[in-house]
Amino acid sequence: MSKPKVGFYWCASCGGCEEAVVDLNEGVLDVVEAVDIVFWPVALDFKRSDVEAMEDGEMAVCFINGAIRNSEQKEMVEILRKKSGLIVAFGSCSHMGGIPGLANLHDKESIFNRVYHTVPTIDNPDGTIPQVETSVCGTTVELPEFWDTVRTLNQVIDVDYYLPGCAPPVNLIVGAVTAILEGKLPEKGAVLAPDKALCDECDRRESKPENLCIDEFKRPYQIIIDEEECLLAQGLLCLGSATRAGCDSICVKGNMPCTGCMGPTSRVNDFGAKALSAMASVANANDEKDVKRIIGGIADPVGSFNKYSLPASYLHRKVRK
Amino acid sequence: MAGAKTLDNLFKVDPPAAAKKVREMMYNIFFVEDHALHFYFLGGPDFVVGPTAPKGERNILGVLGKVGLEIGKEVIGLRKQMRDLMVSVMGKAIHPVFGLPGGISKPIKKDEQQKFIDAANHAVEFGEFTLKIFNDIVLKNEQYVETILSDAYTHKTYYMGLVDENNQLNFYDGKLRIVNPDGEEFAKFTGSEYVEHLSEHVEPWSYIKFLFLKNVGWNGFEDGKDSGVYAVAPLARLNVSDGMPTPKAHAAYEQYFETLGGKPVHQTLATHWARVIEMVYAAERFLELATDEETFSPDVRTIPTETPEKGVGVIEAPRGTLFHHYETDENGIITAANLLVATQNNAARIAMSVDKSARALIKDGKIDDGILNLVEMAFRAYDPCHGCATHSLPGQMPLAVRIYDSAHKLLRELKQN
Amino acid sequence: MSEQFEPKIVAFFCNWCTYTAADLAGISRMKYAPNVRVVRLMCSGRVDPQFILAAFRDGADGVLIGGCHPGDCHYQEGNYKALRRFHLLKPVLEEMNIEDERFRLEWISASEGDKVQKVINEMVEQITKLGPLDLEPISTPETLDEMLEKEQEIAV
Ligand code: SF4
Ligand code: SF4
Ligand code: SF4
Ligand code: FES
Repeated sequence: MSKPKVGFYWCASCGGCEEAVVDLNEGVLDVVEAVDIVFWPVALDFKRSDVEAMEDGEMAVCFINGAIRNSEQKEMVEILRKKSGLIVAFGSCSHMGGIPGLANLHDKESIFNRVYHTVPTIDNPDGTIPQVETSVCGTTVELPEFWDTVRTLNQVIDVDYYLPGCAPPVNLIVGAVTAILEGKLPEKGAVLAPDKALCDECDRRESKPENLCIDEFKRPYQIIIDEEECLLAQGLLCLGSATRAGCDSICVKGNMPCTGCMGPTSRVNDFGAKALSAMASVANANDEKDVKRIIGGIADPVGSFNKYSLPASYLHRKVRK
Repeated sequence: MAGAKTLDNLFKVDPPAAAKKVREMMYNIFFVEDHALHFYFLGGPDFVVGPTAPKGERNILGVLGKVGLEIGKEVIGLRKQMRDLMVSVMGKAIHPVFGLPGGISKPIKKDEQQKFIDAANHAVEFGEFTLKIFNDIVLKNEQYVETILSDAYTHKTYYMGLVDENNQLNFYDGKLRIVNPDGEEFAKFTGSEYVEHLSEHVEPWSYIKFLFLKNVGWNGFEDGKDSGVYAVAPLARLNVSDGMPTPKAHAAYEQYFETLGGKPVHQTLATHWARVIEMVYAAERFLELATDEETFSPDVRTIPTETPEKGVGVIEAPRGTLFHHYETDENGIITAANLLVATQNNAARIAMSVDKSARALIKDGKIDDGILNLVEMAFRAYDPCHGCATHSLPGQMPLAVRIYDSAHKLLRELKQN
Repeated sequence: MSEQFEPKIVAFFCNWCTYTAADLAGISRMKYAPNVRVVRLMCSGRVDPQFILAAFRDGADGVLIGGCHPGDCHYQEGNYKALRRFHLLKPVLEEMNIEDERFRLEWISASEGDKVQKVINEMVEQITKLGPLDLEPISTPETLDEMLEKEQEIAV
């Protein structure tokens, strides 16, 4: 029997997810042993035309990272959807919109205005803005259409599974590949990671009081962070209780709070709202003035709670006025 | 790392010596593994396997086929060792979380020092070994050397990079130095002065902005002293340095300039060689910092007391100079930012390289997959993942070659996207 | 359009105080605008911020939470929780461009039927002035192309 064919693709991404695949290290060799990688722009020379030439469903699975924010990415993922049996959204960007999704606090016009007109280094006397079509020496040069709104992968194509994380933890990638090869997949739509909260697997959970009460939220640069005690108990905005486990709590091990890249557990629809709720509930205040003071210590609520998940949230983008 | 340095500047705080040393050490560890990744996995296949080999082989697997699985495992093992160290100190290897204004989130414990020294020695050995591979496979192959030296891959531009107080290479800190196409110093400045020296040009056919030297001016996609086009990254960094601060890298640096006919080196493909030399430097610098007792001191934080307002930070990223500039409210929440990312510095020269190599290599409208790859190589020397330069913009390389005859009639079109 | 605009308000009322007050208002035939859909919960502390965002997503032009006065919560702490969430959700909604008047928290005891009337009428009046919230739909693979077309019209 021939080996199953596998593809990787990237959209609006930082390249970190590609590195995560390379971080399989010796596992890469096992993967290569078991499957045929037929498409992977960062590492292999196969092109779009090679994909287009494939039969529908020829690839067993394609892993797609990055959010979707332009027309070319849409075209590519639509082709990949056709050519693949399974589509796995790989990494926070493709799962929930990720960091690029924070652009939904703005729109195309304001972004272009900043980038092409007002940054301090710009020298653009003619006010040029990149165009979808430009005529150069008598031919038309095309650019993908930049969208107003950043989207998650499942807002653009049907997605079978999700590998969360920014970037996804190596052991989860291995687990997913193994599950696919052995045909032991959970039901469609599942997130391929443990369905419990990060706090449950955190080394510091013993020092997290049952009824935690915070008198003041602090930001990491303001205090010397203790290396043993629960970070939330130290007043830092650690989102471990709202976040899915599976990353080995690496940020906490690096002595920094969890910012929620693994997204929510299966019982939660809107990660930001859930995280917000968890943080609100530890504020030690009952009267309005104290509540406002403590909550006011959270300097950037949208950025803090939806750092990776804005396009996937109920509101998904700033309301247009 | 650029972010952390920008935050220091923003909060007007100087981190303790140990914090700076840990940051620089971790940064050099990152360079070792990232350069290894680029050389073996991303750019190397063109050389190690051969530029016109079938596309199914022009990849890491092909590299393994050529250098042997043992060496492949060695590469993987080295990367793993470096990545594990990064996770243990920086939280995440991809998007590290340990940087704070005024220092880092936690010190490295004294009893871990030996582990770092051992890893550093391994990295130095590995760097030397890679240099040897480069020598054996590339430099001993006349055809490859000819390709490197050929005019198709040559551009006489300005170069920019960070240097220390002796005008020698440093990735983490220092001043920016620019040399002209003759190799003479043209400017030297601190990161905060970047707006005085660099400007961005916009073209309607690209989302990327093209950086150029403000004090020379934008004169189109042109070589030479009168054009503000400049380059960054390994090729440029060696061109702006008066030598390497570590012995093994310095020896390689001398051989490099001797072989390629002196400074500055204008051949784009020499970037791969320069990258290997930098890998040796990064490993040696890692070793220096790992053997320094102060790196393992517990004093890694200075708590900021000033009100933030504006900060600029600069660093040499693997693919070139990276600037961050933030403006914030009094809570340190960013209200405006300007980022000049590595590949943007190179963007104009990349466009010129693709154009020139295409003109030189495509003859009589004949083109095949091998030639197309030779053209792409001009690009890949700078940056295998063009997404870096644009972040939210197209992450793949939409290279299309359209061949016209002199009457502007389309002869053939070959698309890579 | 704005002439006929009848704002839809979703009200999450706690069973013990505000819901009873709303009932009272109904029984005493106090007039309040018929724009409110009341969701009865055991306690205002049960109002998950997800409910509020989901209400906006599903077409609410305003959301009102009603709970017992401080100290009177049947479950002791529930309304304090609601208060903290409310104040944390406020800046989030503000940043997402959802006007202040669209989201309100009120303490209304079982006997304050008139307060239910007053609050609701006020909200209806304010939101009528603001106009519909009109959250942009979130695309699905099926609706994407249609969405993009609309986006093109708005974007420059
Ligand atoms: S999920 Fe994180 S690592 Fe992956 S592409 Fe997005 S930002 Fe990069
Ligand atoms: S809040 Fe953070 S530090 Fe505390 S137990 Fe949870 S994950 Fe660990
Ligand atoms: S600790 Fe939190 S932010 Fe860090 S990797 Fe894990 S889930 Fe992501
Ligand atoms: S029971 Fe009314 S607010 Fe808790």
